[in-house]
Parts: sequence; structure tokens; C-alpha cells
Amino acid sequence: MHEYSIIQSLVDSVSSAVGTRVAAVHRIDVAIGELAGVDVTLLTTAFEIFRVGTLCERATLTIARVPARWECERCGQAVARGGFLSCSDCGAPARLAAGDEIILQRIELEVA
Amino acid sequence: MCQDCGCGDVNLVPVELQTRILARNDSVAAHNRDHFEERGIFAVNVMGSPGSGKTAVLEATARAFADPRRLAALAGDLATDNDAVRLQRAGLRSQAIETGQACHLDAEMVHHALHHFDLMRTEFFFIENVGNLVCPAVYDLGQRANVVVLSVTEGEDKPLKYPTMFARADLILLTKSDLLPHLPQVRPEAIFDALRRVMPDPRVLPISPLNGQGVAEWIQWLNMCRDAMLASRELLATSSYESAR
Repeated sequence: MHEYSIIQSLVDSVSSAVGTRVAAVHRIDVAIGELAGVDVTLLTTAFEIFRVGTLCERATLTIARVPARWECERCGQAVARGGFLSCSDCGAPARLAAGDEIILQRIELEVA
Repeated sequence: MCQDCGCGDVNLVPVELQTRILARNDSVAAHNRDHFEERGIFAVNVMGSPGSGKTAVLEATARAFADPRRLAALAGDLATDNDAVRLQRAGLRSQAIETGQACHLDAEMVHHALHHFDLMRTEFFFIENVGNLVCPAVYDLGQRANVVVLSVTEGEDKPLKYPTMFARADLILLTKSDLLPHLPQVRPEAIFDALRRVMPDPRVLPISPLNGQGVAEWIQWLNMCRDAMLASRELLATSSYESAR
């Protein structure tokens, strides 16, 4: 259940990005990769608990899920999921092109 | 309040960030990595299920080294220092990290433990993570390599069920291989097949601390990786010297 510690880091990151004139955070957009090892439902639950008493108390948390995408590290050819993770053309190992991100994308602030 | 029409709504200001949420952990991990590598220490994050044989592998590693003072370890568990005591008995300098309720180690816990650790003469540093195939995969600790310990009794499709952990592994140690003759239902080739579907370039080493199978190859892998690390750092030092000239 590391989602609590991720939300703690998220609230810390938002707080440090926010200036002094800000009344509250209105919206938080994050992106979570399919292979990031983070459960989106648990993340939402953790946010409901952690936001109380912080600048993020009234904020809406929007989570964009990023599907895993593998491609050949040599020729860039897409490598299908489910099969062996090597290139069907040149045999080189695949690399993860997307799907491992845990990113704070943007916030929307309520400025008084 | 809204300055344009006096409607009384608050002004909403978007701020584009695109930062890693675990940036703080990552920067402590980078600091740990420098701490290890400046001293020529190859650090390994040893992960796997509870009971997969992580501690047994490290005990066998200590026994295989003529001078176990070249090795040191941290052993993470929710409670007890049992694993650290086992490793000390095997001749390995070790300390426990008791995480309380935390299901994984993070870079800060390792950093804190390093403050109390004498790394003199250490060449290999093992961080035995909390037994868990999910959370430990998410946190960079400052290691140079990820090793996942998977025992033959855990089920052939374990890699398919926990792809994140296996996708990040540099080496799989397939432990308890001495049990295979007694487990007709377990097919090693099915485990290799599952690994190839979640790892781009799977390296798998069957190992048994009990009968010694694979231990020499594991030591060889460690030495090869440390030599490569030292060579790349030397190369790095030379190239920055060249560019400074």
C-alpha cells in the first residue's frame, strides 16, 4: 500500500509549487503509467484521506492512465504486449517507451 | 476575485508542472548512488516475495567470498532484525531496517541507515528489500542493479501477475532449484516463457544455496557488473577530463 506515500509526496510537491498568494488548489492532474506499480483506485482513496487540512482540500484529482507501450530499442518497431518482448524484425530487446510514469502534470490554482 | 466582470468567482490559474511525484525520493536515491559509486561499491536492490530465499542467497554469497568483509547489507522487514542477525552470523556486515507498517524501503530509509554504516573495504552492498512483489519496484534506492529472487515453488506464472517488478529486473535468481526433482508439476521452461513476456532481455540463474548450484555463476555476475561499473566511471572521469582540457 505505497499509494499513501505517493499521495503524501504529491501533496508536498503541490505545496512547494504553490506561491503565497494562492487561496487554494482547485484541480490536480496526474498521469500514472500502467507499469508504474500504482493502483489508481487506492491512489484516489489515499487522496480523500490525505487532502484534509491541506491546500489541496477542495481540489479535484484527475488521473490519466498511460498504457504500456514497448518498442524495439534498435529499430523503433512497436513490440506487441503479451508476446515475447523482443523485436520480430531484428530480434533486439524491446524497451518501455511509455507506461512507467508517475507524473504531476499540472495544477489549477484559485488566486484571490 | 474575478477582475474582468466582477462576478465574484475566483481566478483560476493553470500551472504546468510535468514533474515526477517521487522527485524527492529520486534525488535522495541519486545521492545514495553517488555515495556508493564514489567508493567503488556495486549496490544491489534484492527484491522478491516473502520466503523466496533472499536472505539464504545472501548467506550463500557471504560463504562464497573468501573475504566477506568485501560485502555489506541492509535487511528490510516490517519487524524484527532476524535477517540482519542471520547475515551477521554468515560473516556479512549488516543492519536491519524495521519499517513498521511500510511495505517497501525508500531512498531516505537507506540514506539514514548509511549514516551509521562503516563502508571501508566494501565492494558489494546488498539492500534486501521488504518481501513484496509490488511496492518495492516503485522506489529507486540508489542501487546499480535490481535482482529479483523467485523461488520455483511460487508458481510458473508469477512474472505475468507482477509485471512491474520483473520488467525492472536485471537478473532473476531462480531459487530452491534443488526442489525441482520433487516438483513434477513445475516446468522451468514455463517460468522462462513467462519472464520473456514481461522482461525485454531476461537473464535467469537457477540457484540453490543448499547444494551450491549457481552460486559461482552468481558471484561471477556480481564481479562482472562491478567491473563494468568501475570501467564506465573511469571512462566518465576520462571524458570529463578530456572535455575540460
